[in-house]
Amino acid sequence: MYLLEIRDITKRFGGIRAVEEVRFRVKDGSITSIIGPNGAGKTTIFNCLTGITRPTKGAIGFLDAEITRLKPDKIVKLGISRTFQNIRLFKEMSAIENVMVSQHCRTHSGFLGAITRSRFFKNEEKSIREKALEYLELIGLESSGDMLAGNLPYGSQKRLEIARAIATEPRLILLDEPTAGMNPQETSEMMELIKKLKELGRTVILIEHDMKVVMGISENIIVLDHGVKIAEGNPEEIRKNSLVIEAYLGKEH
Amino acid sequence: MLAQQLINGLTVGGVYALIALGYTMVYGILELINFAHGEIYMLGAYLGIIFLAFFTAIGLTSYSLPLALILTFIFSVFFCSSYGLTIEKLAYKPLRKAPRLSPLISAIGVSIFLQNYVMLTQGATDKVFPHLFESAGIEIKGAIITYMQFFIIAVSAVLMLLLQLFITRTRMGKAMRAVAQDRVMASLVGINVDTVISVTFIIGSGLAAVAGLMVAMYYGLVNYSIGYIAGIKAFTAAVLGGIGSIPGAMFGGIFLGLFESLSSGYISSEYKDAYAFVILIIILLIKPAGLFGKANEEKV
Repeated sequence: MYLLEIRDITKRFGGIRAVEEVRFRVKDGSITSIIGPNGAGKTTIFNCLTGITRPTKGAIGFLDAEITRLKPDKIVKLGISRTFQNIRLFKEMSAIENVMVSQHCRTHSGFLGAITRSRFFKNEEKSIREKALEYLELIGLESSGDMLAGNLPYGSQKRLEIARAIATEPRLILLDEPTAGMNPQETSEMMELIKKLKELGRTVILIEHDMKVVMGISENIIVLDHGVKIAEGNPEEIRKNSLVIEAYLGKEH
Repeated sequence: MLAQQLINGLTVGGVYALIALGYTMVYGILELINFAHGEIYMLGAYLGIIFLAFFTAIGLTSYSLPLALILTFIFSVFFCSSYGLTIEKLAYKPLRKAPRLSPLISAIGVSIFLQNYVMLTQGATDKVFPHLFESAGIEIKGAIITYMQFFIIAVSAVLMLLLQLFITRTRMGKAMRAVAQDRVMASLVGINVDTVISVTFIIGSGLAAVAGLMVAMYYGLVNYSIGYIAGIKAFTAAVLGGIGSIPGAMFGGIFLGLFESLSSGYISSEYKDAYAFVILIIILLIKPAGLFGKANEEKV
């Protein structure tokens, strides 16, 4: 069963073609990697998927819905969330608040509940906090919940972004270079975390430069170059693909 | 003398702080200086007169003054919040993606419109707010705090406390902080940014309405142009505390009120309105981001 279907999306910025007629499908419960040289259009695809930009042409199907023209907060509610290459935490909020603010799209008490502090609101608030702690535990940050997100070390901030993304209870989670700037130890921890996400039933798409990570965990790999999809397949197929080798290493003369 | 000036300063400062909060909250979320905010304050004062007159006419004021007053506050707040929300939807929202100067000019336009609208419908002369409280008060160490002053200080303090609780404790408060820090990211965790912006205008306008109504009761006179100078001073207070910072606006407002009151008491009251701007210039020279503001790098 396919969770996500990208049908020939094209994105142009003025005269520049960031993404050109890219199509692929993502199986429910799988890990997919999008790779390609800088400027290949990988992040643009993420931006289209999350509603930050709208594709110039083409359509995106998620579950049974067409999400191409939806606003970001609607897409999150349908079940797609993401992280960023350059960390975008709410730095002035504590780690646990970062996670809690994400859970609110799945909870119900509104303004009135908060003012009247009804029993329902209090119970819900309590369960949100408990759940937030579980998410922090998943990424190993349960003891730093009250620290300001901006004061956490780099690796922890990267993981906190993932916790915040999972807290929206997505079916599909998009990770933009999760291991960028990490040392080998942190990288292998991150790989474990991504595998755990899969075990928890989440579908993962990641943009990644570290080939060890890509080859190690992906079931399907999509290769982009200059906005065009040049290859797709499992790690073994991609390793042997001459177009991919060319895009990365240049043409042999 | 000192104690008296401190009490006077706190009274005015509380009012400045309430208005400054509206500036700072809107700026924090939209990076827009809402120049029409002073006019909301002015509308609060006028609506207060209108509703109180209405309640007097139907005999409610003589039946129970506190009840009439409470209802007057509720109605003014409700109408001012509606004004604030409408202004946001009509004058700012369509310009959300326009260059930053456009909503600013739109705000100035709204401000001029509202002033003239009130002038034409209510007249250009001063309106009198009925005298409700006795001018007497409590004497503390030679200084007199009138009941009205006590009322203003208490109401300002309670509202600021409630706002602080709202921002830190509630889910909408968290959402507001998230939107202020990173609007796009906030929408990516499922926050409806438009709702948060609406709530910000509703709260900011409500606080300004309370401020306007209290000042009308305090001075007893209202005029269509009072929003201008009060707005500019509250804006000064917000910049003083660091625009975008809520504790900054509270502190800035009270500081400005005290400074104004002390300097008019000890130096000269003729330059009362100038002191605010002298202190603004000093702060901007020493600490351009304001007392509570962080020198933030340009967002890339």
